[in-house]
Amino acid sequence: MILNVARKELKSVFSSPMGWIILALLMFAFGTYYLNGVNDYFEVMSGAIRPAERYGVTQFVGQTVYGLASFIMLFAVPLLSMRLISEERRSQTLPFLFSAPLSLTEIVLGKFVGLIAFLSILIVYIALMLCTLNIWSDIDFGYILANSLGLFLLVASFSALGLYFSSLTSQPVVAAILSFIALFALMILDRFFAGDPSNTMAQLSLMKHFQSFAGGLIDTADIAYFVLFITTFLILTIRRLDADRLRG
Amino acid sequence: MTNLTVEASELTRIYGGREAVSNVSFNLTQGQVLGFLGPNGAGKSTTMKMLTGNLAPSAGSVKICGIDMIENPKEAKALIGYLPEMRPLYKEFTVDEYLTIAARLHRVPSRNIKKAVENAKERCGLTHMSKRLIENLSNGYQQRVGIAQAIIHNPMVVILDEPTVGLDPIQIRDIRSLIREIGSDHSVILSTHILPEVEMVCDHVQIIDKGNLVFNGGIDVLKRQRIGNKLLIGFKHAPQTADLLQIVGVSEAEAIDKNMIRVRFAENSMPHEAIVQAAVKNGWGLFQIAPDQTSLEDVFVQLTYQDAALAEASAA
Repeated sequence: MILNVARKELKSVFSSPMGWIILALLMFAFGTYYLNGVNDYFEVMSGAIRPAERYGVTQFVGQTVYGLASFIMLFAVPLLSMRLISEERRSQTLPFLFSAPLSLTEIVLGKFVGLIAFLSILIVYIALMLCTLNIWSDIDFGYILANSLGLFLLVASFSALGLYFSSLTSQPVVAAILSFIALFALMILDRFFAGDPSNTMAQLSLMKHFQSFAGGLIDTADIAYFVLFITTFLILTIRRLDADRLRG
Repeated sequence: MTNLTVEASELTRIYGGREAVSNVSFNLTQGQVLGFLGPNGAGKSTTMKMLTGNLAPSAGSVKICGIDMIENPKEAKALIGYLPEMRPLYKEFTVDEYLTIAARLHRVPSRNIKKAVENAKERCGLTHMSKRLIENLSNGYQQRVGIAQAIIHNPMVVILDEPTVGLDPIQIRDIRSLIREIGSDHSVILSTHILPEVEMVCDHVQIIDKGNLVFNGGIDVLKRQRIGNKLLIGFKHAPQTADLLQIVGVSEAEAIDKNMIRVRFAENSMPHEAIVQAAVKNGWGLFQIAPDQTSLEDVFVQLTYQDAALAEASAA
């Protein structure tokens, strides 16, 4: 049932040009950065004389592309997540889902999975693109895997938060702006506490937890953070929809 | 054997301290069509939302075929098809896509989905619109898609909130016969403002006013109330009312204008023939004799008004 709701969401993203255009534009941006990264690699590495300054092509190109991806998703996810619930609220289609034999959890999870599935297309594309480096060099697959997993968790967290803000309002644009502001604040939170990295507030920053994945490190503490983050916002969304039913 | 499909008991819904629906109880058996009448803001839609599990009742319970809506919402919802007041249509899909999604979400087994979609389209006259985007359909066709969506999984209870709004007269006729057809093996609840519609399709009527049920009974009860023991008679040379009162069975006569007279007669008496004979004998120039029907509107106003008067009386 969750999958059926997810299928419906995916279909609705691709039934308008919106889905295709976002995919195309983002892939264009990532592709450009990838090419630039490959070009720059030789320039920079030929300038680096000492062996300590040299590092692998995977890391060099990967950090450019994944750095850009995590930043661009900050804008792309709110744009995609905004319509999930608020659009249904506005066009009064929620009763269609509410009167179908679905629990609220299934509806919310379905919408979440649908969005994640769409964004995963991008993550898989990026990973495939980087794997093409393997044709002329020996690349570090572990690094790509860690980064993909990190990006996936980051994007899933963005989506969960976006879904929650989408459930709060019947204006998709308001939902997009709110989730963008909230995500941006969470992203740069650790900059405010740069002087004191052990501060609890700094620990809440999404970016801080993405950093270790970006370095190629899969840390269970970071995975736990993202999973908790996602669960929290999904539960909040379910509760918000339940309040609709209770308070009307 | 009567199969109860819907049991609503003491449904109450409070919005910010005001009771939108209070203490509404009724039962519906298989094969019945229930008409839900009421002025604007009476609580029709609220009641329907509670029946379909879109809104939690503040008190009371709903059972669909014996399954409690609050305790087992999934099982209960599977037995319901619901068309809300605002059609819940995803306008970016085509009719086929939308109905397929509806069938899938209503747990129609995947091998039957195609058949269910075809069937629903055929019943609602949508076959030639399959590949059109819902956005581009006319109002009436969108309404049909809404109805198709509600009956796609062949539910035990179909709940339609104002199903004939925005349809042309031919479509209305089709939809009414469709409702009758569904009503013959399942149960249908529909709300409407159009009173003759109720008379045509429903066999059970409920009138709700200010959240209270003011009338609940068979359509024949309402019809009887409506027809009454009255005759409207037209004479070219109208007699005195006293002349008419002499005829056996006539209890009251009232001249409306120069030619028309309204006659009330006692229960179980048939003075029609005697009146005609008297008219022929005395040369009154009879040109019309017909039962005088109070319109359903009048009955409706009476019932809702009665309640208000009653409330006033009890308050005084």
